[in-house]
Amino acid sequence: MPVNYSPPPKSTPKVIVAVTLAAAAGIPFLFLGLVLLLTPVLKPATIDGLLSNAGIDPSWRTPAYVAALFVLALLMMNYGAIFSGVITWWERRVAGRIQSRIGPNRAGFGGFFIFIADAVKMLLKEDLVPADADALLFRAAPYFVVTGFALTFVVLPFGHSLVVTDLNVGVFYVTSVTALVVVGILISGWASNSKWALFGGVRAAAQVISYEIPAGVSIFVPIAMAGTLSMQGIIRAQGGLPWEWFVFRNPAALIAFFVLFTSQLAEANRTPFDLPEAESELVAGYLSEYSGFRFALFFLVEWGNIWVLSAIVTTLFLGGWQIPFVSAEYIDGLRGAGVLPSLAWWGWNAVSMAVFTAKTIALCNLVIWLRWTLPRVRVDQMMGLCWKYLVPAAFACFVFTLFWELAVSVAPRIELVSGVGFTVIAVVLAVLFARRVHQNIQAVQGEKIDLSNW
Amino acid sequence: MERLILRRVGKPEDEMLINFGPQHPSTHGVLNFLVETDGEVMKRAVPEIGYLHRALEKIGEAVSYPGFMPYTDRIDYVAAMFANEGYAIAVEKLLKLEVPPRAQWLRAISCELCRIASHLVAVGAMASDIGASTPLVHALRERETLNDLIEALCGARLTYNYHRIGGVAYDMPTGWRDRVLKYLDHFDTYIQEFDRLISFNAIYVKRLANVAVISKAAAIDYGLVGPNLRGSGMDWDVRRDAPYGAYPSFNFEVPVGRGFQGTIGDAYDRYFVRMLEMAQSSRITRQALETMPEGETMAKVPRKIKPEAGEALSRVESARGEMAYYVISDGTDKAYRVRARTGSFTAMSIIEDISPGLMVADLIALIASFDVVAPEIDR
Repeated sequence: MPVNYSPPPKSTPKVIVAVTLAAAAGIPFLFLGLVLLLTPVLKPATIDGLLSNAGIDPSWRTPAYVAALFVLALLMMNYGAIFSGVITWWERRVAGRIQSRIGPNRAGFGGFFIFIADAVKMLLKEDLVPADADALLFRAAPYFVVTGFALTFVVLPFGHSLVVTDLNVGVFYVTSVTALVVVGILISGWASNSKWALFGGVRAAAQVISYEIPAGVSIFVPIAMAGTLSMQGIIRAQGGLPWEWFVFRNPAALIAFFVLFTSQLAEANRTPFDLPEAESELVAGYLSEYSGFRFALFFLVEWGNIWVLSAIVTTLFLGGWQIPFVSAEYIDGLRGAGVLPSLAWWGWNAVSMAVFTAKTIALCNLVIWLRWTLPRVRVDQMMGLCWKYLVPAAFACFVFTLFWELAVSVAPRIELVSGVGFTVIAVVLAVLFARRVHQNIQAVQGEKIDLSNW
Repeated sequence: MERLILRRVGKPEDEMLINFGPQHPSTHGVLNFLVETDGEVMKRAVPEIGYLHRALEKIGEAVSYPGFMPYTDRIDYVAAMFANEGYAIAVEKLLKLEVPPRAQWLRAISCELCRIASHLVAVGAMASDIGASTPLVHALRERETLNDLIEALCGARLTYNYHRIGGVAYDMPTGWRDRVLKYLDHFDTYIQEFDRLISFNAIYVKRLANVAVISKAAAIDYGLVGPNLRGSGMDWDVRRDAPYGAYPSFNFEVPVGRGFQGTIGDAYDRYFVRMLEMAQSSRITRQALETMPEGETMAKVPRKIKPEAGEALSRVESARGEMAYYVISDGTDKAYRVRARTGSFTAMSIIEDISPGLMVADLIALIASFDVVAPEIDR
């Protein structure tokens, strides 16, 4: 019997295009809008003010706080989950372009809804626990991973005042809660009772714990420059223009930036450090035995971590949400004395959020781009890179920064000189790079074979 | 294999026995390795073959001489043209047939295009096994265009069944020559593009250089052939040193491993020899298209092929190295014995000896650098 396949549609129906575009624009606007609206309002001081304005008895403060925490937790969890869904789509589209193929294009216009289709598929899969696995640990592992991921959103800033809470030990808090992820991965590797999973779990443990050292030490550089551990404090110590960013203000910070970025790639198990789940070596590493929702949780964290690592790097080195020519103090002054801030304050907050999101997404793209370009390093090379190069480099940067700060206190101008100098170098390199890419693309297009009449 | 499992008894507890395959993403087909490891470092890896054994050689005794030709495609489905050619030459030797020059030239062209197609899979899969998935897709894109060309020539994209005893099945279609030349113009620049994409990538070079070094003597001892042998520094190519078909009339170089990024005979040499060979194949194809003689594409072959009793051995330089067919005739219309000697099978034998001390990730690089095709191992 011949099978009658329906011919593929000539073009996407207009309704689907409209729905997809609405969703593609609406989802980020909705979530970023909610973050913009809720994070400043659900602060204890604002809640207190609102309660007293409404004449509600102060004994309702505690329930209101709890409710606010729940709302914020729900918002941030969903933000992380939806972001990780959308970036899987984006990654597959980018990978398609890089590999001269189309990528997902079925669910919705440009395949945008593929992450929803994926989620539905994963939820419908059989939830399998291998017979000889340690069932309790096997089931528990994904929750460790998700917890470690979700907790980072407590201190990750989104804009000038847009942060759930500005802990005074923010940076240390991030490095410590992300360590929960490796606990989950190690548990999953052990509990699966599979040799591939064990390999992956042990690799992940060795990798993530090793790379936390250069990451932790290179974080000291912006801490030393800002004199605070608070994420918002570090951003406030920088400025909106490139030469006011920490990455260019200090030669050691430039190196520390690369050390931190590399280490974060390794901690997020991204190529070239995707050894724990190296497909061509370990089948799927610690994920080998997982299916359905648990598998989906691991993947959610893996892609969500792209935002986390990019946001951390943006915060520490790339000036965070600082708007060029507009100082943070100026926005502070706009807030006004009322319980709710003034409209201008909201507006500048929205701009600061746009700046921060743009920088973070640019870094996310870099992460994706690296993944589809580079091969994977071997496990001994991965450890060698960490302990032989990154750790000494990070320590050297830290020590250099201490002397640099002493020098800055004597001659403050050297920071500006370094900042402008490195900015110029970076711009020149970017232009050269863009030209080279343009030439390569031109060269390939000249050689393109016309397949229309092949 | 059994002895390996038995010898596990009483071994230290910190060693692990892993079944690497038969269903594994990078075993290039169905292939199993028993890997004894101490953490990431392998104590040794023992290949266990036979998952794809289809008794093709036995089938050769049951079907007529021309009837076996489609079966030879299945010996090496990534480079089926060479399996066709080797068998055809062996039977032609039995029949003492002269193949017309045009058929010889078409055989050379089809084989060299097929070699490029096969090497594209080899280098692409190598990059994919090392963790970079993009080069594989790019290589397969090029291979698709080559498959189009071969399809225009013989109607098939994978199992060609193009060569016949006494010649080739079809002459080249109108306009095909220009299409091939146009494609080769593109392909010569594509090799450089591929080199820029992955060959000189620092991580890639570090993963392959000085890994799984096979000395020239060991390569000869274990019977490695083709790019694997040349990667170890042995300058040997059947096309040049024991010429057959149209090859004596062509000018080409035989690339030999020189330790391009490390030691002679490392995985990178085996990889890069293939990259260089593709350029040479392109060169040979151009020459063949320029000097193509006119005439028949089939010799006068009796309707029923019944060679006199005797035996014949043919050797061709396949994409996976020297491929030999040994055919014995007892005077009937079916062969008494057909035997194929394939490069992947011998490459398996050396894995156990060079695996100790390699890391698990290096085993992948080693298998990929041998460019083994599982059906060719087992036949």
